[in-house]
Amino acid sequence: MNTLPQLDPARLSLGLAALLFAIGVAGVLFRRNAIVLFMCIELMLNAVNLAFVALSRSIDISGQVFVFFVMTVAAAEAAVGLALVIAIFRHAETVDMKHFTLLRW
Amino acid sequence: MNDLVTNFPLAQLLWWLFAALAVGGALGTITRRNPVASLLFLVLTFFSLAAIYVLLGAHFIAAVQVIVYAGAILVLFLFVIMLLNLGHDYASDLRGGLWIVAAFGAAGLIGFAIWRAFRTTNAVLETGAGVHLDAQVDTLNAVGAIAQPLFQRFLVPFELTSILLLIAIIGAVLLAKRRV
Repeated sequence: MNTLPQLDPARLSLGLAALLFAIGVAGVLFRRNAIVLFMCIELMLNAVNLAFVALSRSIDISGQVFVFFVMTVAAAEAAVGLALVIAIFRHAETVDMKHFTLLRW
Repeated sequence: MNDLVTNFPLAQLLWWLFAALAVGGALGTITRRNPVASLLFLVLTFFSLAAIYVLLGAHFIAAVQVIVYAGAILVLFLFVIMLLNLGHDYASDLRGGLWIVAAFGAAGLIGFAIWRAFRTTNAVLETGAGVHLDAQVDTLNAVGAIAQPLFQRFLVPFELTSILLLIAIIGAVLLAKRRV
């Protein structure tokens, strides 16, 4: 059955997951808008989900259960994180990370 | 090893199409200055990932991806962007030259490390348990195949998830309130 081993979609999806995660890391490092940073974090979580789903094909369906949990944690994180952004915006009138230097060494 | 995608060239073509859309959407997300445009590119990425989940045989996860991620979480982001009125004053929020070099260097390293780590899983991928998974999905259907481990092996984590969501609800309300 394995006539095209290099084109196996599960394996390709692992490469795609690595690529998406790297794009998310780059976004977190070179953007300063707090909301865009959250979006990049969601992108990284999705890359991890893709890896879980791709591996669940060959190991166990519990990979897909983990994806379920990751989505729940992502929802909780988005709710709390965006509430924090709103609280900070009310205080500083901006979401640009360069103005948030209170805890910076 | 896999049923749908390895046997049908069309499905393989679709995989590449949606992978390209996902990567393009991700690049758009991190490069657009307007946060609303960023968000819409992220929606594109999430829908493409849902399509890839379907191609990988994870139908339930694909549906949850569309409903929860694209439908709920990203709408929450959009609400906050519009609430804070960030849609029009998109002065450059990109960091300067050295940061961009550092960002792509770090991202390249991390991506390469993950890819190397996944290459060592090739032996695992060749065991062919995917056939077993497809049989499980056939007998229990897409939802039942996930529900069985979720409510048996992972029952305690599942219940803890509800506590997590409760804490998140209370925390979000408390943080977003004007005065305590």
